[in-house]
Amino acid sequence: MTHETLISALYVFALAAFLGYQVISRVPPLLHTPLMSATNAISGISLVGSIVTAGANYSTVSTILGVIAVACSTTNVVGGFVITDRMLKMFKRKEIAKKE
Amino acid sequence: MTQIKICVIHVHLRLIMQTYFIEFSYLLASILFILGLKGLSHPETAKRGMHLAEFGMLMAIVGTLMHHEIVTYTWILIGLAIGSVVGLAMGVWVPMTAMPQRTALSHAFGAFAAALVGISEFFKHGGHLEPVMMGALGFEVMLGALTTTGSLLAFAKLQGLVRGTPMTYKGQNIFNMTLLAVTVGIFIYLIVVPGSMPLFFTMVGLAFIFGLLLVMPIGSADMPVVMSLLNSYAGLASAATGFVLSNKVLIIAGTLDGFSGFILSILMCRAMNRSITNVLFGAFGSAATAGAAGEQQGSMREVGLEDIATQLAYANKVIFVPGYGLATAQAQHAVRELADVLEKRGVTVKYGIHPVAGRMPGHMNVLLAEANVPYSALYELEQINPEFPTTDVAVVIGANDVVNPDARDNPGSPIAGMPILEVDRSKSVVVLKRGQGKGFSGLENPLFFKPVTGMLYGDAKDTLTRLVQAVQHA
Repeated sequence: MTHETLISALYVFALAAFLGYQVISRVPPLLHTPLMSATNAISGISLVGSIVTAGANYSTVSTILGVIAVACSTTNVVGGFVITDRMLKMFKRKEIAKKE
Repeated sequence: MTQIKICVIHVHLRLIMQTYFIEFSYLLASILFILGLKGLSHPETAKRGMHLAEFGMLMAIVGTLMHHEIVTYTWILIGLAIGSVVGLAMGVWVPMTAMPQRTALSHAFGAFAAALVGISEFFKHGGHLEPVMMGALGFEVMLGALTTTGSLLAFAKLQGLVRGTPMTYKGQNIFNMTLLAVTVGIFIYLIVVPGSMPLFFTMVGLAFIFGLLLVMPIGSADMPVVMSLLNSYAGLASAATGFVLSNKVLIIAGTLDGFSGFILSILMCRAMNRSITNVLFGAFGSAATAGAAGEQQGSMREVGLEDIATQLAYANKVIFVPGYGLATAQAQHAVRELADVLEKRGVTVKYGIHPVAGRMPGHMNVLLAEANVPYSALYELEQINPEFPTTDVAVVIGANDVVNPDARDNPGSPIAGMPILEVDRSKSVVVLKRGQGKGFSGLENPLFFKPVTGMLYGDAKDTLTRLVQAVQHA
């Protein structure tokens, strides 16, 4: 890692932290559980790192660790999004909730 | 010669195109993730927001599959298939009452993946990493490892595999701190003097153990804070992975996750009027029993089901206050049925939700939404508290500490200063409780001894169903 990459990575980190604070502090307590499962699914993006590790053939150990990591992250991505969708579908406005 | 040259240029060009394509898919994913989270600021926009985030994820995965270092897709596809099946099964079949357990498990998965990628990177470089890289990798692996075991223990506690009470022993904090210091010591040594495999694995092993030790002394009632904190760690581990792999979308997504968890931890702590250090090292349950307020005046008044049914049927306004007992009794549908018959009789029904009611942030809201309660009927602490004095009946269902008036009235109470739902200000209070025992924190609750309070013992679901019938005949 060169110093330039590190510095630009730190920029991204700082700005993402700032943006995250702005966006997430606006989420009402009503939706805190979906928020947790959504951020969980989103951070399953570590899948992209695992995919390269699993497919790049660095060494047998790397491949094995990579496959397990891919399985774990995919579980989070798929499970996280499915559950978040399922939860969000349940939050209904008064008129709609009454009809069902 | 020229042919080879053209070929080299061609390959080079393809590599550049690939890199641009991948980076573009990551940039798009980052933007869509942020828009997705922005959508969560309102229930109406949340669904669309999530679809954006899902599309972003798909783009990032497709982009990654183009990566030039990938030589075989077999293993990737196997991993993707296993994860999809497990994830889909969990996503479809896990009941809403088990949401805290599932979330704990997914923190463990995410953190474990981060730790594994870190370990594999360490291998790839034969342990010889430059200081900056080793710094990021150390954070990734340590956070990943301790979050994995910590979340697994939290899962076991929530699932009831392990007792939910705090496990404490003498010198616990000192022991934990020493272990942490040793781990960090090894980490610093590895940054300065790289290359030692045994030391690296000792560090990883210690981090795994530290995760268990961190969650061991934490009781069930403090779970919302711990869940948020583990969420934060899992996110930061992902962000650290991004530093190691110089992958911006990983840094962004991990940081968003990390900060979300951090903000939630702060909100949960504020809702209990405690600091994070106090939650982590205070071992609440054990201290609480020692300092509990002395003798309780008066006795608990048990009331009959019919009396309560009549009270409810002729009330103007009723507020339900749910707690973790609602989830354990699976009584969310029964509450809604009761609310329905009451509303048919012209009674105004509202729900007061304490931020730390349940085992994770927003737990009660999701349960009630599952039972088809419109979200407009769910009120936050600050909104609902002024309404209790004009409320005829407040019905407390399986909640205890969040309605304990000692938090407001008794400065000596272990939960003094914690904001509570002031149900005792309403004209009448009914407490639905399993038995006469104390709550999870082991604290005596003076609410139960107040003249205005009537106790109704039994399984919450059963009691509520019988109340529905009784109200219909009232």
